[in-house]
Amino acid sequence: MSGLTFAEKALARASGNESVRAGDVVDVRPDVMFSHDNTAYIRKIFLETGAKRILHPERVAITLDHAVPAPTTRHAQNHAEIRQWVREQNITHFFEVGRGICHQVLSEEAIVLSGEVIFGSDSHSTHFGWLGAFGMGVGRTEMASLWATGELWLRVPETMKITLTGHLQSGVTAKDIALYILRTWGSGGGQYRAIEFAGDAIATLSLDERAVLTNSMAEFGAMSAYMPPDEQVFDYLESNRTRDYTPLYPDADAIYSQEEVIDISALQAQIACPHSPDNVLDVTEVIGRKVHQAFIGTCTNGRYEDIAIVAQVVRGQQVQIPLLVIPASSQVLLQATRDGHIATLLEAGVTIGTPGCGPCMGNHMGVPAPNDVAITTMNRNFRGRMGTGDAEIYLANPYVVAMSALAGEIVAYDEAVMVGD
Amino acid sequence: MNTDHHVWVYGNNVNTDVIFAGKYTYTLRTEAEIQSVALEDLDPNFASQVQAGDVIVADHNWGNGSSREQAVTCLRYSGINMIIASSFSGLYFRNCINQGIRPVIIEDLYQHLSTGDTITINHDAQTIIANGVAYPIPEFSPSVEAILYAGGLVPMLQERFNTE
Repeated sequence: MSGLTFAEKALARASGNESVRAGDVVDVRPDVMFSHDNTAYIRKIFLETGAKRILHPERVAITLDHAVPAPTTRHAQNHAEIRQWVREQNITHFFEVGRGICHQVLSEEAIVLSGEVIFGSDSHSTHFGWLGAFGMGVGRTEMASLWATGELWLRVPETMKITLTGHLQSGVTAKDIALYILRTWGSGGGQYRAIEFAGDAIATLSLDERAVLTNSMAEFGAMSAYMPPDEQVFDYLESNRTRDYTPLYPDADAIYSQEEVIDISALQAQIACPHSPDNVLDVTEVIGRKVHQAFIGTCTNGRYEDIAIVAQVVRGQQVQIPLLVIPASSQVLLQATRDGHIATLLEAGVTIGTPGCGPCMGNHMGVPAPNDVAITTMNRNFRGRMGTGDAEIYLANPYVVAMSALAGEIVAYDEAVMVGD
Repeated sequence: MNTDHHVWVYGNNVNTDVIFAGKYTYTLRTEAEIQSVALEDLDPNFASQVQAGDVIVADHNWGNGSSREQAVTCLRYSGINMIIASSFSGLYFRNCINQGIRPVIIEDLYQHLSTGDTITINHDAQTIIANGVAYPIPEFSPSVEAILYAGGLVPMLQERFNTE
C-alpha cells in the first residue's frame, strides 16, 4: 500500500481514523478554531441553531484585528458584542485590539502546534502550514457549527507537491516565490487541494519567509498548505506551548495529484499587476510606473523581517510618497522598536500604524483615493480590495515596495542602495 | 421506492457567475427574487420552467469560481435537491451539502442524457437509473448524511439543539 500525504495523516488523526485517503469524507475535530471581527455575526448564526454553549471554549481563539482601533461607532459596537460573548462563553484565547493579526498572534502564542488541525473563519488560514499544522478557512455558518458541535465534515483533499531547490538571490524573497507560483499555475492552480512544500531550499528560508508562502496559498485556491517543520520551528513554539505535540511528515511514497519543482536560485523579483494576484510580471517589466502610496503589512508580509528590510532600504533617506508600515503584531512592533528599526522608519518619514490588518480590506487606515496607484506587500489586489474600484494595486516584496516609496515610482531592487548597511 | 425526475443537462466548467450573477449578490434578498435569476446567463428557460424535484446533470467542475452561497440556494429555491456532475469545484461541493442539496459524482452521465429526459431514483437501493443503467449514489459519512437529511447545516443544528 502506498504512503500518505501530510493532509491524509493530519486529517486521519483529527477524525479519529486509523487511515484516510484523498476523496474520503470524514468528520474532523480541530484542535483550534478561531475567528476575528466576524465573531459577532457567527454568534448570530450560532444562536439561530438553538445551541446555548460553545462545546469546547478552550479550543476557541478570537482576535480583534480587522478594523482596529475601531474606526466607527458601528465597528466599536461589534467589538463590544464580541467581548461580551467571550465573557459569557468563557472563551480561553482572546486577543484585544492592538495585539495583532490572528494568524501571526496565534503563531506567536503557540496556540496551535505542529501536526495539529486548525480551522479559521478567514481565508488565509492556510498560514499555519508554516509550523506544520493543517490550517483551513471555513465559512461563518461552518464556524457556528464548529462552536456548537466541535466537528466539521471534510473531504480529504488531493495534494500538490512543490519542491523548492537552490537559494534566493539578494533582493528576492519568499513573496517572489509565492507570486511566481501564482504566475505559473494561475489563481485556481491549487483549488480544493492541499499544497505540500518540500526540498532543501526550505531550510534556507527564515520562519518569517516560510509563513509568507503558506499564507499566500489562499490566493492559489488551496484548501491548506504545509511545510515540514524542523528544529527552528520547534524552538519557536517551545516557550509558549501548553501541551505536547507530535509533528507529522508525509511518506516518501505518498501519492500526489501534481508534482512541480522550482529552482528559486533562478528567480527574479516579481510583481502582481492590477487586478489579480496571478497577473504577475518581472518587476523589471513595470519600472517607472508612478505610485502614490505604499503599504507594508498584513498577515502575508507584515512581520519583523519585512520591517527590518524597509529600515535597511530607507535609512538616512526620505520617502517621496506616503509609506505606511503596519506591524502584524505587537510583538513584531516591540522587536522592531528594540532593534531601532522603528526610529529609522520615523526619521525617513514613514508612518507606523496599530498592529492589525490595516487597509487590506479597504476598511480604514490608509485606503487609496480613486485613480491612486498603490504598491504593497499585502496579499490581494482584486479591484476594490482597498476600498475603491478606481485604484490600482501592485503587489511586490518589501525591498521593491520600500525602494518604490523612495523613488515615487516602481523601481527594481538596487543592490547599491543597500551598500553601507 | 422509486421516484422519477426530469433532468436539466449542461456541459463543462459552469461557473458561479452564470449560476447566480455577482451583480445580484447584494441586491436580491427574497427566495423568489433569488430563484428568478437562477442560471440566467446559461439557460434562460430554467428559472421559469424548473419543477420541484428536477435534477441537474453536468460535466466537470460544476460551480467553479466564487464561494457565494446563492449559487447553491438559487437552485434549492428552484426545488433542486440533487446535482449530478462529472466533478464539482470544492467550494461548491461543500456549499451544496451545507445548503441541503446532494452532489453526486457520476463521470460523463451528462453525455447520455438531454434536457427534459427522465431519470429514476431508487431510494431503497440508493441508485440512479438512466436509460436502463443503474448508477450507485455514493454514501457520505453519517454526519454529512445527517446534514442532507435535515435539509442543510443550520436546520440540522436546529433539530439537534431544539430537542435537547
